[in-house]
Order: sequence, then structure tokens, then C-alpha cells
Amino acid sequence: MQSVISVENISKQYVIGRRKDESFLTLRDEICSFFGKAKSLFNRTSLQHYGSSEEFWALKDISFQAWQGDRIGIIGKNGAGKSTLLKILSRITEPTSGRISLRGRVASLLEVGTGFHPELTGRENIFLNGAILGMSRAEIKTKFDEIVAFAEVERFLDTPVKRYSSGMYVRLAFSVAAHLEPEILIVDEVLAVGDLQFQKKCLGKMQQVGNEGRTVLFVSHNMGTIRALCNKGLYLIEGNIHKTGSIEEVISAYTLHHASNKGIVTFGQQNTDFVARILSIGVISAGYTNYADTLPFQAPFTVEVIIESNNELEAVVGIGISNSIGEIITTLHSVEIGEEPTIEKLKNLKFKKGINKFYLNINSNILRPGTYIIGCTIFSRSLWQAFDDKPNCITFEVTNHNENRYFDERQSGMVFLSDSQWENR
Amino acid sequence: MKYEQPVFIIEPGRRTDLHYWRDIWRFRELFFILSWRDILVRYKQTLLGVAWGLIRPLTTIIIFTVVFQRLAGLPSDKNIPYPLMILAALLPWQLFANSFSEAGMSLVSNANLLSKVYFPRIIIPVSSIIVNFVDFIISAFILAFLMAWYGYTPDFHLIALPIFIILTCAAALGTGLWFAALNIRYRDVRYIVPFLIQVGLYVSPVGFSSSLIPDKWRVLYSLNPMASVIDGFRWAILGGGVSVNWLQFSISTLIIFGTCVSGFLFFRHVEKSIVDVM
Repeated sequence: MQSVISVENISKQYVIGRRKDESFLTLRDEICSFFGKAKSLFNRTSLQHYGSSEEFWALKDISFQAWQGDRIGIIGKNGAGKSTLLKILSRITEPTSGRISLRGRVASLLEVGTGFHPELTGRENIFLNGAILGMSRAEIKTKFDEIVAFAEVERFLDTPVKRYSSGMYVRLAFSVAAHLEPEILIVDEVLAVGDLQFQKKCLGKMQQVGNEGRTVLFVSHNMGTIRALCNKGLYLIEGNIHKTGSIEEVISAYTLHHASNKGIVTFGQQNTDFVARILSIGVISAGYTNYADTLPFQAPFTVEVIIESNNELEAVVGIGISNSIGEIITTLHSVEIGEEPTIEKLKNLKFKKGINKFYLNINSNILRPGTYIIGCTIFSRSLWQAFDDKPNCITFEVTNHNENRYFDERQSGMVFLSDSQWENR
Repeated sequence: MKYEQPVFIIEPGRRTDLHYWRDIWRFRELFFILSWRDILVRYKQTLLGVAWGLIRPLTTIIIFTVVFQRLAGLPSDKNIPYPLMILAALLPWQLFANSFSEAGMSLVSNANLLSKVYFPRIIIPVSSIIVNFVDFIISAFILAFLMAWYGYTPDFHLIALPIFIILTCAAALGTGLWFAALNIRYRDVRYIVPFLIQVGLYVSPVGFSSSLIPDKWRVLYSLNPMASVIDGFRWAILGGGVSVNWLQFSISTLIIFGTCVSGFLFFRHVEKSIVDVM
């Protein structure tokens, strides 16, 4: 079988500005710079002031292959090169070096409703947007009714889209895109639109596209969507491929990569404008004083949170524990735990001005062997506002020391309700 | 069921022209739809709609007739009514000026589209010329009406009119491509375009007959290609009474052709980096 997409050593370089303070270049500057150069030839002053530019590699030596029916999720932080990669694949911009071969028709959906014109009616925009996305007129005509039905805008077809609600607008725009039938579909973070119900509909449509044997490249920051849609993953860090493989492996690499694994994580103090902020989070195995990155199975442990407060304050501190693919398993808020919390008398923590140390003792550790991630949030008293939020920032491992004990590896990342029995009645 | 898909290669600096022309052909529907969009939007958006297409040339004719004929006392060619002489020149001038300025701005005003979808970028400036062609047709009706009013019938020279229309469009395309590409790189170009058009209106023989230009300056005058095209329009529409300097005409045609070719090459050169620079 031949690959549908074959990317070989693709690199993309951007040159940012001539001088740092310059966001764009004008003809006037060019002319001045020309005379400046001419002048400096006579004055023998340095030429380096002109033409000094910063180079920036958005992508560096990227190679991968995709086969028919692959649905690849591209993951990475902002600026990791995800969008650049999609732009190169959809021919919007050229690579600086390397080579890509694509087998089949490519459609790219980098934005919902590209080219929509507010003055035109829904009907007119369907044809316009369809043509922009690469559909022929005949193709749009045959799918017209389907598109309209999917978008649920029958009644407003002849209304200019500027009068549409934002929901209708997005539904119509996505609906046109959803009826593309290319062999290769490239999608950038566009599913995070519309209401929840429509999002589900879109997700279903996208899954259907994948199941029809098309090849899909999909960028999103939403790991849930990526996991639902994709079967393979590509994790980019600063323009390099950090990991490829099954989507679970890649998502897990992504979530773990951003967390500390030293048993403690500290945060820099940039500004002075804060109510309360987290200085560090640490994990301590019960009975020890050192921070721990591994905990024995079922061993109790303590989470230490050090908070700096600008004033005396009553607030809520919450700890969230996630599994390695970033799904939260449990949250432990100061208002919910402890002795008999009631709505009337919420257990807020009292902060004094300056440094506060809080310890959350987890006495029954029911986490199965596996990797877990802790995050912490400080909320205002009524949970209305988050003063500080540090999600998924420290990892620890729960390990099974009893070699005779059986654990199904596939269940790692789940809780284990140990105080249970099977019974035959 | 399984059949071989054509393989498409993306590589830096791949500038196979055959490929480019094939792409333009493949995206011809998009070209029509973008032109159709702009026409639709233009006539929907303006409250006066088509009336706007009539008001602009009519006002200019009245002002120019008053200023150039009544106040300055300039003569007309062979007793052709002055308003007719102006409108015959205004038609190509407005087609040129509007197409040039809109083509020049077209890439910047469609920046969002360019950064999200691939298509041969040349579609955008070319389609803005098509839009202005519709305005041109509307103005042509005014001319027909005005000629009937003065009882002036065109003669066989009218057959040559399409040549001059094509030359006007070519002049607009050549300069438009140059400025569209420059506009991407240098953001102050947008302020130069209206200035050039304003100067051009008075430098070109729109409000007066080019027979007023002394013969020794004719060659220099032909460096403004629109001057010859405007003369050609008058010659084709108003008949043999208008004289055409054929040397001037050939120089202008060469200049227009040169602008088109260089404009296309420059545009192709800049095209690859449009999205990165924008």
C-alpha cells in the first residue's frame, strides 16, 4: 500500500522584521534605508544596522507518513508549528526545504466560514464558501439540500447572513465544510464552535468522514475531541516531532511532558498584582519528609500547597488528580472534604498575609498503579472566581511493589475500590 | 474500487508554469464566483445601487464641460459636442482607474481569505477588473443615450472598440498586478495609488482633446499609455473626426504589454511569500 501523505524533511523558516521595533515595512523605509546604505558607504559607518533580521524556524526537518483512513491528531503548544504544518500541507505557504507528496484531492478547513460575506444571503454564501473550499458548482447543487438540512437554517436561506445569530452562522459555515468529499481533509481547531448539541453533530460527521476511508489531519487543543476523532497522533515541540504513534500514547506524552516529575513543582513570581497565588505544589509519601515522585500502591500520601496571599483572606483550595491522558479522576476541594461540610458553613481555608502552607492528607489511596497528574486551583469563597489555576503540573507514579499481585495494565489511570468483595449468593 | 490517485508534490521553489496555468483553469469557477460576489455586494451594499454607476460619470461630465470648455475655453475636435468627447474618454479612464486601484488593494482586502485557502492568487486582482467592467457597461449605456440625444451616430471605426477595451483592461491588469504585489510588501503603497490616479486624470486627455498637445511632445506623452487608449476610444466611438497618432499608439501598446508581462512576473515572484509577509 502506498502512503496518502508523505512528508519528507519539511522545514519552514520565517524572517521576523528587519529591526526589532518594526512590525511592517514601508516603501518609505526602504527608500530611506537605501539612501542610508549609500550614505554609510561614504561615511564608512557600520552597515549592520540595516538588514539585521531574526530567523525563526517554525518547523524543522519534519517527516511522517499517513496511510489511507488514518485520522491523525496533531498536538502541541501554541507556536509548536501545528498551524504552519497545516498551511504547508494545504499549499497556503511554501516550505523552505523538504518535499511532500499528496495522493488525492486535498481540502483544508483552517477556519469556519472562510470567505463568508455578511451582505450575501445564506444561499449565496453556500455557493461562495463551497467554491472557496474547492467544490464545483454542480457538486454544491447536488448537496445543497443536505447542507441546508444539516445546518438547520431552511427558513433563513434568503436572509443576509449578517442578520444570522452567531450560532446559525457557524452551523451554516460548518455544514458547507462538512459536505466536502476530498481524499485528504485538513482541519484546524474548528470544532469548538456552536452549542453542545451541534458540536456533537459535527463530531459525528467528522467520525463518519474518517470511517469512509478518508485521511484526516486534525489540530486541536481539546484532548477529548482529538481522542474521539483520531487514531494516531503527532506531537510537535518547537517545530520538531517529539512523538508519533497511537493517539493514546501521544496524548499521554503530551500531558506528562508539561508536568514536573520531581515530586515538587515551583512557580516563578512575575507580577505583584495578585490576590493569592500558588508558589509550589509537592507530593509527600506518608511518614516521609521528602518529596516523592513514586508512591507505593495503596500508601497514603500528602499534597503540599504553598500559597502566597496579599491579604488576610478566606478562600477555597482545590486539588485535581488526572490520569496520564489528562482526564480528571477526582477533585478535592477544601469545601467538600473534612468533617460534615454544609452549604451554610463552607469550610474555607483561612489565608494569612504572606506565605501559607496547606497540607491535604489523602488517607485512602485508591489509585491503581500508573501515572497521575496533580493540578491546583485557588477559588474565591463562593467559587465564583479563580485567583490562581495551575492545571496538570506535577506527576507521580503509583507502583505495585507486590510482585505476586495481579494488575491489568490496561486499567492504569483508574481508581481501585479495594474494600470490595465478590460473593456468590 | 481502488484506483490510482494523481500525486501532487509540494516543494520549495517549484515554479512550473504549466502547473500554474493548469491550476488557474482548475480554479476558474472560484474566479467566477468571486467576481459574482463582488458584483453582487457592490450593487447590494450601495443604497443607490445601479444609480451610483450613472451618477458618477454624469457629475464628472458636467463639471469637466463647465471647467474645460466654458471656463478654460478649450476647443473640441471637429465640433464634436464637448460632453460626448469627455464621456468617450471618461469611460476607459474610469474602467482603468477603478480597476487599477481595486486590483492594487485586492490582496490586502482579501488577506483573510488568502491566509486560509489555497488558490492561484492572481484570481483576486483579475476578478476585481471584471467587477469594474460591469460599471463600464452601465456607463456605456449613458454614452449611447447621450449620443442619441445629440443625434450623433458612430461610423465603422466602432469595430475597433474591443481592441481599446482590451488595452484598457490590460493596462489596469499590468499596473494592478504591480501594485497588488507591492502593497503586500510595503504598506504605504496604498496611499500612493489614489494620488497616482488623481494626477493621471489630469495628465491624460480626459477633460481635453489630445490634439492640444504639440507634436514635439507627442512621444513623451505616449509614455502615459492611457493617453493613447483614450484617443483610441474617441476615434472608435466618435469617428474619423478624431485624429490618432499611430506612433504614439504603438509606443503605448508596447508599454502596456511590457507592464503586463513584468507585472505578472513580479506578481508570481511575490506570490509565494504573500502569506508569510502579510
